[in-house]
Amino acid sequence: MLASNDQGLKRTPLTALNVARGGKMVPFAGYEMPVQFPPGVLKEHLHTRASAGLFDVSHMGQIALRPKSGRVEDAARALEALVPQDLLSVAPNRQRYAQFTNAAGGILDDLMVANFGDHLFLVVNAACKAEDEAHLRKHLSDSCVIEALADRALIALQGPKAESVLEKHAPDVTGMSFMDAGPRKVMGLECFVSRSGYTGEDGFEISVPAKDAETFAAALLDDPAVLPIGLGARDSLRLEAGLCLYGHDIDTTTTPVEANLNWSIQKSRRSGGARAGGFPGADIILKQFEAGAPRKRVGIKPEGRAPVRENAQLYADATSREQIGTVTSGGFGPSVNGPVAMGYVPSSHASVGTSLFAEVRGQRLPVRVAALPFSPHTYKR
Amino acid sequence: MTVLYTPDHEWLRIEGDVATVGVTDYAQTQLGDVVFVDLPKVGRVVKKAEAAAVVESVKAASDVYAPVSGEVLEVNETLGADPSLVNSDPAGGAWFFKIRISDKSELDGLMDEAAYKAHTA
Repeated sequence: MLASNDQGLKRTPLTALNVARGGKMVPFAGYEMPVQFPPGVLKEHLHTRASAGLFDVSHMGQIALRPKSGRVEDAARALEALVPQDLLSVAPNRQRYAQFTNAAGGILDDLMVANFGDHLFLVVNAACKAEDEAHLRKHLSDSCVIEALADRALIALQGPKAESVLEKHAPDVTGMSFMDAGPRKVMGLECFVSRSGYTGEDGFEISVPAKDAETFAAALLDDPAVLPIGLGARDSLRLEAGLCLYGHDIDTTTTPVEANLNWSIQKSRRSGGARAGGFPGADIILKQFEAGAPRKRVGIKPEGRAPVRENAQLYADATSREQIGTVTSGGFGPSVNGPVAMGYVPSSHASVGTSLFAEVRGQRLPVRVAALPFSPHTYKR
Repeated sequence: MTVLYTPDHEWLRIEGDVATVGVTDYAQTQLGDVVFVDLPKVGRVVKKAEAAAVVESVKAASDVYAPVSGEVLEVNETLGADPSLVNSDPAGGAWFFKIRISDKSELDGLMDEAAYKAHTA
């Protein structure tokens, strides 16, 4: 998995397949990854929403957190010291969205945490995985064994036809609901399957042994419903779905409350809860829960056709010199058929419908605070 | 009628002292699906190599540079309504703007079709 090419970029178990399929390869988080395939971002995006798309996300980090006691609740309790989520209530074969926080209440990374019965399975961002692993070793080594699963590929199959495609290889996946996750056999291989993703669509993420990944992906791609999809469409899909991209919409300077991720912090970890606080930055984050955060991540819909992109400055009106906010993700939404963006604005300007202006190439363009997601989620609840 | 090319993948069709400017087929392939085009105002005087228009794909925004100095005489309003013309007809229907060339000697450094083909090979 860690073979390198001339530029020092790492390859995934699917790099050869991505190249063979015509992927336009670019450096991303230290990996050589396909940004698009021959159909292009627009068609790949629309195909995923209409049928099914296959994404190589093997650059992401897969980590097993094994409790030394053998009791998974001990691993969950230990990990609760690093995240504001309730992990003790994640039932076996379920997963939950979480964030590693720092002492300032900022976000070190966002991740998925699954309960595999006797251990936890974590999926973290590619660009953060070395730091995340070190963070886990530093804080949890007394109670847990931290194992980076570098010999596994990760493949996302997303879209309305994902279930019918995967069902041919693993009939029991039809019984899974959104955020179910666990080890199961697909094509006779020892896989980890979760019903989740990063597109807003129903779909699956499948962890596959690296040595079998190419055969596995090729078998899924043999299905006429499935096309390989690059990082370009992955980004436009997640933006329309209102999902945060680490390093852009969330980072060490944004708290989960500012990022509008309150829903991801369960009552038991909030003030008055059974295990209130006890995670890095809890004083700041819990205070923001009660008093409100000074700023919020919101959806931003440009009123014209011009895309408003990352780092565009936001203003309260057409002439004021005082910048009030910044766009953190923005571009063209193929399913919306228009420009879409997200960014941070003062809480006083965060209600849906608020009229704002974005500066693009020296011009103030009218935009409005919009409800997220831009494209409705179609998760199987 | 002469067609010339810039290293930045614009084409110019020269008719008298007027240059019609667009982007090449090679450029549209690199850009991907074009979703928005921002055109200069008619009457604007641009300098050679100045950003005169912007073409945006799903992924990114790219400048289209004035290949020669001069006054913008006309812009192709149909690109506003149908930016995908840049992908489907880059050398024809998707012209961006027409410039009255202020100094014809600026054409000297531009490429003819054979040289441009070699440039993108």
